[in-house]
Amino acid sequence: MDFIIQNILNALQWGSFYALIALGYTLVYGVLRLINFAHGDIFMVGAYIAFFVSGFLLGDTLGLSPLVTFMCAVPLTMVLTACVGVTLERIAYRPLRRKGAHRLYVVITALMCGLILEYSNLAVLGASRLKFPELVEKAVWNIGGVTITNLKVIVIVAAVVVFLFLNFIVTKTKIGMAMRGISYDKFPIPLMGIPIDNIIVFTFVLGSGFAGLAGLLFAMSYPILEPFMGMLIGWKAFIAAVVGGIGDIKGAFVGGFLLGFIEVGVVAMPFLESTYRDLFAFTILLVILWIKPTGLFGMPQSTKI
Amino acid sequence: MKGFLKSIGLLTILLVCSAFLLSGCGEDKAKTIKIGFNLPLTGDIPEVGEGSKNAAEMYLKDINDAGGLEVGGQKYMLEFVYMDNESKAESATNVALKLIEQENVVAIIGPNSSKQAVPAGGTANDNRTPMISPWSTNPNTTLDRPWVFRAAFLDPFQGPVVADFAAKKFGAKTSAVIFDVSNDYSKGLAEIFKSSWEAKGLGPVVAFESHGTKDQDFSAQLTTIIAANPDFIFVPDNYNQVALIVQQARDLGYQGPFMGSDAWGTPDLIKLCGEQCYGNYFSTHYAAAGAKGATKVFIDRYEAAYGSTPADYAALTWDSIGIMVQAIQNYGKVDSDPVAMRKGVREGLAAITSFDGITGSSKFDEQGDPIKCAVVVKISDKGEFVFEESVCP
Repeated sequence: MDFIIQNILNALQWGSFYALIALGYTLVYGVLRLINFAHGDIFMVGAYIAFFVSGFLLGDTLGLSPLVTFMCAVPLTMVLTACVGVTLERIAYRPLRRKGAHRLYVVITALMCGLILEYSNLAVLGASRLKFPELVEKAVWNIGGVTITNLKVIVIVAAVVVFLFLNFIVTKTKIGMAMRGISYDKFPIPLMGIPIDNIIVFTFVLGSGFAGLAGLLFAMSYPILEPFMGMLIGWKAFIAAVVGGIGDIKGAFVGGFLLGFIEVGVVAMPFLESTYRDLFAFTILLVILWIKPTGLFGMPQSTKI
Repeated sequence: MKGFLKSIGLLTILLVCSAFLLSGCGEDKAKTIKIGFNLPLTGDIPEVGEGSKNAAEMYLKDINDAGGLEVGGQKYMLEFVYMDNESKAESATNVALKLIEQENVVAIIGPNSSKQAVPAGGTANDNRTPMISPWSTNPNTTLDRPWVFRAAFLDPFQGPVVADFAAKKFGAKTSAVIFDVSNDYSKGLAEIFKSSWEAKGLGPVVAFESHGTKDQDFSAQLTTIIAANPDFIFVPDNYNQVALIVQQARDLGYQGPFMGSDAWGTPDLIKLCGEQCYGNYFSTHYAAAGAKGATKVFIDRYEAAYGSTPADYAALTWDSIGIMVQAIQNYGKVDSDPVAMRKGVREGLAAITSFDGITGSSKFDEQGDPIKCAVVVKISDKGEFVFEESVCP
């Protein structure tokens, strides 16, 4: 029993990262119908920004305590990562949108942006890995044979709070209504006096900001950074978002945790080697899509987000 | 006018071509000896490539500053060609082919890790080019490959060393293993350890868990291991994964010791793992702390040049170059034809029966594998690798 609860906690933590990244995919897709393949690498950039921000705050000039550093690093990382996301939108996606380019070309541009982020990181910082400093003094609690760290709690709570926050923004606020409007049909939106570019920038701010938060939390949980860390997890989070029904916030959240649970479950299963993890995980996801091609919460060609 | 321009253009092309041809003739090719290096300069283990390259640069400078290598009474300059195999198996074979076919090297040093050395060794053997792997410990690297040699001991030797040491030091009755299933080195060593542990008849290997190279979360595997309650955990993994595994095991409440293998032995382990790795043990090729003689000279020079302690792969690369140089001197002449030269170098290598290097002295068996001692090292409270004991075959 302990064994099962322990693995559920493991899956919740791992799924939180998928969910956080999948939310970013879904937001941008929901508004722009654009699969932002650079998103996994924005997550990586977020982790690196968190590294440099906390290095600076902990450093000799300021010398803050780890806890204060954590408090400051969260908003700073989110803001700076959001700037990266918005820059990408400005220099890569907006010109293409202005010229009315086909969606395919925008997706290819996104892929290239991701590769540029990875390889410019490799060129600037080198292949050697970086060690993320410990910001939260780790407490390991043992409750009846089940161990949990305070960091795990922070990660899981953050994923849930981000989901609730985004859900609130999209469904309950005016700006959310505008986002859904663009998603529905973007041509009449400017006629109603809604600044379409501002709304799109806002979407990128939200998506990239939370990718930055995910990067920070990821770097705290798995404190070894390398330039390609965002690639695989980004792809998997994208698949999770598609299985949940891309464009739907609830779908991204559920899809992320679903993938986390399947992955940890397969490895935890006795007599199953870890080599089977991805095979089983993606077979299950394939079956879900086979039964429901629009994903769990997706609806064919209708209002999303 | 047009015809005139055309002929001028043709003339220029001819001139340029002949210039290339002439320069090809003018350069005395027999004056340099070209050795290729197949190194992981990027990818999962960039530190390993960097350390090896540093050691090689030091060796190259020594030889060339002294006017070159003396072979058969004449001095020849050495030329080293470094190529990046990205820590990938498929890139390592490509690099080996490039070095052989395009660079026309007479011999190859590297790849370091067995994951790359096993496939690249096949390529070198098929193309009849002598190769020495400094750091690879998997038996398959040299098995039935007359052209492939190595400077490190083998896993069938290392596995029992680890098992014996852990049984004695921790008084362990049960053990658990976590390894990288897609890495020849890690997988091979894990299996050899398992069989040698079970052969001791103390108790079982209670958990034998695998993971992939790009994995970052090991909590599911570690939960299974901890539930089985082993006396220690054996982690034959690369240093970057070790740092994550040790931390996650502690987070899941594991208090017991870890035991590692020679892939732990880099200063980067301490940088990435920090205090959580202190107090654990691993088997390796040499211990930098408390070294004497030629080993100490090498360590001091390396520290002065690069500002860090040389890890075992750097020392083994140094020895590999030494073995290669001796093989060339055994052959006793330098051919302008790389194919003939390679054959001679291979015979020179096969003629070496023992070699005194900075990682200890070794004898070579008929497979081209050295028989040498292993060292068990403890990671001290200051993060230094301290000599614990030495085990000889």
